[in-house]
Amino acid sequence: MKRAGFSTRWLPIMLLLPQLLIIVIFFYWPAWHAVRSSFFLQDPFGFGETFVGLKNYASLFKSSAYMRSAWFTLFFVVLVTFFSLAIALLFAVKADKVLRGAKTYRTLLMWVYAVAPPVAGVLGVIMFDQSWGPATEFFALLGYDFRLGVNYYDTAFAMVVVSVWKQLPVNFIFFLSGLQSIPRSVREAALIDNRSASSRFWDITFPLLAPTGFFLLITNITYAMFDTFGVIDVLVRGEPGNNPLTLVYKVYVDGFRGNDLGGSSAQSVVLMVLVLAMTVFQFRMVERRIHYT
Amino acid sequence: MKRIKLETILDHTVLIIGSLIMILPIVMLLQMASTPDIETIKNGPGLVFGDQIPVNFEKAMFQADGFSGANTGVRMLYNSMILGFGFAFGKIIVGMMAAYAIVYFRLPFATMAFWIIFTTLLLPLEVRILPSYEIVQKLGMLNTYQGLIIPLIASATATFFFRQFFRSVPEELVEAARIDGAGPIKFFIDILVPLSRTMIAAMFIIMFVYGWNQYLWPTMITTEEDMFTLVRGIKQITQSIDNTNVPEYGRANLLAIIAILPPVLIVIFFQSWFVKGLTESDK
Repeated sequence: MKRAGFSTRWLPIMLLLPQLLIIVIFFYWPAWHAVRSSFFLQDPFGFGETFVGLKNYASLFKSSAYMRSAWFTLFFVVLVTFFSLAIALLFAVKADKVLRGAKTYRTLLMWVYAVAPPVAGVLGVIMFDQSWGPATEFFALLGYDFRLGVNYYDTAFAMVVVSVWKQLPVNFIFFLSGLQSIPRSVREAALIDNRSASSRFWDITFPLLAPTGFFLLITNITYAMFDTFGVIDVLVRGEPGNNPLTLVYKVYVDGFRGNDLGGSSAQSVVLMVLVLAMTVFQFRMVERRIHYT
Repeated sequence: MKRIKLETILDHTVLIIGSLIMILPIVMLLQMASTPDIETIKNGPGLVFGDQIPVNFEKAMFQADGFSGANTGVRMLYNSMILGFGFAFGKIIVGMMAAYAIVYFRLPFATMAFWIIFTTLLLPLEVRILPSYEIVQKLGMLNTYQGLIIPLIASATATFFFRQFFRSVPEELVEAARIDGAGPIKFFIDILVPLSRTMIAAMFIIMFVYGWNQYLWPTMITTEEDMFTLVRGIKQITQSIDNTNVPEYGRANLLAIIAILPPVLIVIFFQSWFVKGLTESDK
């Protein structure tokens, strides 16, 4: 708060009211609703519900489909985060270095930020089309028969590729702005001390980018878990079947299509706990990082 | 003549490959939208551009699929505009008001309000998607623009962003305004809003793109075809491709291009604002 703030009483309350109302109705109420119904078993015909305690959670962790989806999500998140960060960092370092055409490269590498995830999914469907997809044809040249939506691992591969493609621009933008905020004096000093470009990168640039990288790490994990919904939904063509599913997609499939409200709510709560844990971890790290920025 | 270093060539090669990876899929989409469907069905994406864009544009904008015949491209474009602008304006207005109250006023419950608001940053809509759906249903807001927009506003990103910015505004401004006899409303409208112009523009771009690109939420709460947005309509299109003998690739792909064009143009033209807003809001 500002020292010289206003002391009117009613005005701030009026100003806060719309935000608070929306949050209470569309955030706290649903969140509470999810927690509550995760402890109940809903009657399939909509006649009441029975309190079942932790049963929904127990059956969740016993379900092989759920655990399979959890493991897939873990691998998916690790792969998408790693590749989208690594590739974006490479592009950002190069874009920061070149003199000619820097602006053009920047535009070309970041505009995909505005492409909606399901449209990225459509591009994936075309690239990996069974009969003439360019990527499928490429695999055929290598002697591999790529089957999107049929082979579990092929579908997973396509999901990772499309999700990485969609996430590259955000990481690129942040890495580039991180690189550009490194003071010129530091770079010049490094240039005098160290002749090798690669050790200059690992000893000076990389540690200075660490705060940006850490922030992006959390952003990318969140992205891979939640924002890839559109990509996945289009790639599996709305037919979960035998395809790999992330946890968020499973919440949607079980609750919305399968009508298993208790189970789906328990899944939501598990995800909420996961995200909260991650955020607490992030805040801790951010507090620590202030020392060296 | 200047000697071109091998390293520079390598740098440019990496960047050119990167740019191609980003741009080629869209060129492919455009090529398919310009080719007669029969050719696409047989050979897939090719190298030669055809002349079918006007024909497919006509189809994409004015032809509907589904039962009611209401989800034409024009209608979906209109709905997407409402979602994009409605969300961006709503979020910025609500967020600026709340941030102003938190930063500039002495409130007895300020800390509590702060925490109530900022907890929402932690949980994305996706994890509470089903209960949110039920509540919107209870309130009778399925298939309405309010139901589409307001639940998406229930996250404090804009409030947080403006709070950070307001805190960086020099203290002397408020003091000067008070000495000159300006009340809180006058100070907000005449001084703070004009000062925040760049910030508002940056936020607007980010929020417009975010709202326009929403998929899961519109998929759930709009079941009537005249409420479909372009991005939500993509699902309908891919399904219609899967279920017909002569899939209309040209029309579908052109519709996909129309769906990405407005946010892409905004991001490209207002690049510097957008990058500034993005990198400053999330730190």
